[in-house]
Amino acid sequence: MRADLELIYDWIPEHARILDLGCGDGTLLAALARHKNVTGYGLEIDPDGIAACLGQGVNVLEQNLDDGLGNFVDDACDLVIMTQALQVLRRPDAMLDEMLRVAPECIIAFPNFAYWKHRLHLTFRGRMPVSRSLPHAWYDTPNIHLSTFQDFAQLCRDKGVTIVDEAVGSADHEGHWTSRWWPNLFGETAIFRVRRGR
Amino acid sequence: MSASFPSDSVGVVTPQIATFESPLALACGKTLERFELVYETYGTLNAERSNAVLICHALSGHHHAAGYHTADERKPGWWDAYIGPGKVIDTDRFFVISLNNLGGCHGSTGPASLNPQTGHQWGPTFPVMTVADWVHSQARLADQLGIERFAAVVGGSLGGMQAMQWTIAYPERVANVAVIAATPRLSAQNIAFNEVARQAIRSDPDFHDGWYADHEAIPKLGLKLARMIGHITYLSEHSMGSRFGRDLRSDQLNFGYDVEFQVESYLRHQGDTFSTRFDANTYLLMTKALDYFDPAGQHGGDLAAALAPVACPYLVVSFTTDWRFAPARSRELVRALLRAGKSVSYINVDSPHGHDAFLLPNEQYEAVFGSYMRRIHADITGETA
Repeated sequence: MRADLELIYDWIPEHARILDLGCGDGTLLAALARHKNVTGYGLEIDPDGIAACLGQGVNVLEQNLDDGLGNFVDDACDLVIMTQALQVLRRPDAMLDEMLRVAPECIIAFPNFAYWKHRLHLTFRGRMPVSRSLPHAWYDTPNIHLSTFQDFAQLCRDKGVTIVDEAVGSADHEGHWTSRWWPNLFGETAIFRVRRGR
Repeated sequence: MSASFPSDSVGVVTPQIATFESPLALACGKTLERFELVYETYGTLNAERSNAVLICHALSGHHHAAGYHTADERKPGWWDAYIGPGKVIDTDRFFVISLNNLGGCHGSTGPASLNPQTGHQWGPTFPVMTVADWVHSQARLADQLGIERFAAVVGGSLGGMQAMQWTIAYPERVANVAVIAATPRLSAQNIAFNEVARQAIRSDPDFHDGWYADHEAIPKLGLKLARMIGHITYLSEHSMGSRFGRDLRSDQLNFGYDVEFQVESYLRHQGDTFSTRFDANTYLLMTKALDYFDPAGQHGGDLAAALAPVACPYLVVSFTTDWRFAPARSRELVRALLRAGKSVSYINVDSPHGHDAFLLPNEQYEAVFGSYMRRIHADITGETA
């Protein structure tokens, strides 16, 4: 499992009802269902991902996240997870509201644009960073709302959302998860666990 | 099996007839004292009787879903693209049952059968059937075949409504369900198209109020028109356009009312063929069953409440260019299932072919549907898909 998914996996309690936005091939949901009796749905737009989910018995809905979560009622589940999707959304702030409408808590992972390698890239080469976590060129990237660890923390404060837990790490599969020192500088991926209200 | 069939065909199949001697109470208040259902099976039932898949047919469908009736038949069953060895509904893995619904005109008890009470054809007095009635009769067939629980109930269009109804009426007898290109209820526009089709049939002078058999007549014109209007709703504007465009049959305009455009020729041909192979009373009855289907109706319009008994995971499939039962109708079903807290998966398959897409080969549809069916089989055998 991808390093960020492994960390998220550990954060999720047994028997939780979850919604995984941009669930890919359903790896996380399948593992949670098998070992933690978690139930829920994944949302995905890639047909190959959808087929892979169905093959694992993961409930998956073809749904564009930019269309919102209108088909889910308030408090439809315990937890909403969104990994590597925040930066491709038209309105990440509106999605945060939506996520905290359908569940009291959510976990969000995204590439931290303030990662030191990205900073070096921009500072010394004067070009938009291209890296493991941001592999696209500026003109064809799906990432239209890049942000930093601190940007997201600020958004939560502005919205009155409580940050329950935060972590950073490298997107490497071995996943060395660093401590909390200078996360904005050393975290390649930012992971937040936030709760509705203060 | 003839060597001329493709290797992924079920080959020659022989329809069978199941007879039911105990009465079946119908939604309309009437009772069928006895009835027969014609059906076909493909594949082998396993020892645990856990690998049965029920196929429910659409408006003009029947029991012949796969394979060929004779060695020299050219056209296979209506869903042959999806049923066969190694296909999406893999007959090497599943025992597939496909029947002709009550009221049909392909061998099951219907308007052309004899009414035992009068010794005369039922004709227009054959009871109007509902989707729920069909599902009850299908459950009787399952009883007779010794199938307590289906691995999956699968249906497209009107067949999808039956699949839906199965999960409401017999939740304990369905392990999985696939509802394809269907809708939880018809829209006013859908009913309007059906009504035009019915009026076309009923206003044909050869219809004789449904007693055409007594007059040795067939309301061919009415059936033809009904099929033509129906057929338009099965195709998309794009598929019609790319297939026929504005192509003419001859080089020039004739300034008359004979067939000029290719699309006219095609529709007339479809209508003509249909008018000789389909029964008018059956067509009327099938369109009524479509119009009446509305599980939410008994729950004050609350579809989620109607779906409360559901106990199996749903696969809901729609097609991007289907305007008869548009993707929005499938999403209504998905939303209600979510609200009811049920397991559901949904995909809107990219296809240019309109409503008919559910019958046609399509890579994305096959990948998703196939993956779902392989998982069902893995659940039965305890293997990983």
